[in-house]
Amino acid sequence: MKKVAVVGYGNTKFTKDELPIESLLLESTKQVFDTTKNLSQDLIDGVIVSTNDNSKYLGAILSELSGIKPKISHTVEHLCSSGANAAISGFSYIASGLVDTVLVTGADKIGNPGQILEWDKSRGEFDHPIYWASMFTKAHKRQFSTTEEELAIVSAKNHKQAMDNPNAYSHKPYTISEIMNSKNVTDDLRILDCSYSCSGSSSILLTSEETAKKFTDEPIWISGIGQKTNSASFMKNELTTSSSSVISANDAYKMAKITSQKIDIAEIHDAFSVCELMAVEDLSLTEKNTSASYVRNLFNTEDRKINPRGGLIGAGHPLGATGISQIVEITQQLQNKAKKRQISNAKKGLVHNMSAAATSSTVLILES
Amino acid sequence: MNKFETELKIGNFVTSECSHCNRIVWPPSDYCDNCFKAVNWRKVSQIGTIIELSKKENDVFCITEFEDKIRVMGKLDAEINMAKPGQTVRLSKCLLNNKNSFFFSLEEIKEILEK
Repeated sequence: MKKVAVVGYGNTKFTKDELPIESLLLESTKQVFDTTKNLSQDLIDGVIVSTNDNSKYLGAILSELSGIKPKISHTVEHLCSSGANAAISGFSYIASGLVDTVLVTGADKIGNPGQILEWDKSRGEFDHPIYWASMFTKAHKRQFSTTEEELAIVSAKNHKQAMDNPNAYSHKPYTISEIMNSKNVTDDLRILDCSYSCSGSSSILLTSEETAKKFTDEPIWISGIGQKTNSASFMKNELTTSSSSVISANDAYKMAKITSQKIDIAEIHDAFSVCELMAVEDLSLTEKNTSASYVRNLFNTEDRKINPRGGLIGAGHPLGATGISQIVEITQQLQNKAKKRQISNAKKGLVHNMSAAATSSTVLILES
Repeated sequence: MNKFETELKIGNFVTSECSHCNRIVWPPSDYCDNCFKAVNWRKVSQIGTIIELSKKENDVFCITEFEDKIRVMGKLDAEINMAKPGQTVRLSKCLLNNKNSFFFSLEEIKEILEK
């Protein structure tokens, strides 16, 4: 299997703006061309679009708008983890030798249809993500005595970190008290514990080891991949742990031949505050039943190890772009190019992208 | 519209079941997810167990499990502080309009034993 590297990237600002999906896709793609040395259209032989948008044929449309005539072009949809899964498709095409260089671009518009899975009849009328998030949160409180303050710290930390992300949806810091006193969405969920579905686009350029140096002096290697889908319906879940995250992380660590202790930085799928508390344990970044104290310590010491770009809560959640934006952030961190967000001496990073109430999770390990 | 939905529309909560594998097939499907033989359809027990619950405005909502396998989310006709996980509930109503809806009420243990 060939080695595969991230050698270029682009990100739009995440906003409330109602923009055409094609314009969003093109915007982050243009940035890839603007910032990647020696890149020309004829060198890209794969174009993969990640989105939940209902528009059709977007892989071909983005190719045409970008002047690319790829060997392989299509769309990947997997709800909130479409982005990381599109990256896996690009990785696989290159690793197999089918193509050499792939553009992976994700985008979604505010109010995109990917928030609701109509097929899942077991959710009844409670089909919006706030309802499963309330179940997760209540169960976490019950099992681990998690407090409202501990949940609010996740949001306070991620909003604060988003301040240094120029592309983030939110640039407003919130105190723990403001978050705890923000509007009740349900008895167990505050509005500031929720990520916000918004408009945005992110792109990465993937290529083989043979070609990587043509585009960058600092290729970032995708060394581990894990993806686990337990179900599509919410109703088979445990409520305080995501087994799809546990399994996908273990597979990714195994493929990368590392343990969780080697991870210097991680982008985690904090769709809601409780998700970050669950994930840091499920990914073995901290011991079981220590997530709240672990995140509190990160917040108190201003350690940006988890969600340096502000997570989904701070940066916003344009579903199809999120996983790719997470990969861009880890790439920048490992290249020491994350500016104010930069943590010191980052060598190995992790991306955790999840969908539909943790029924499916994807984990990538990246290394410099 | 599949069998689950046509029955729900007339107020019946049904599940698919594989007589070959002797197991409930849930979420509802036309074929067994183990052997791919065609399923049978039957009514689900009216008595279930609360798995977790919360509240939005005046509505208490919960995950309820029936027959140790079938979980659905619905509205609970009770004060939030009167209910907790593990408690027994009865399916009081189910329907399908634009979306499907399930309604539960708290069940006294004594009443269940008498039935």
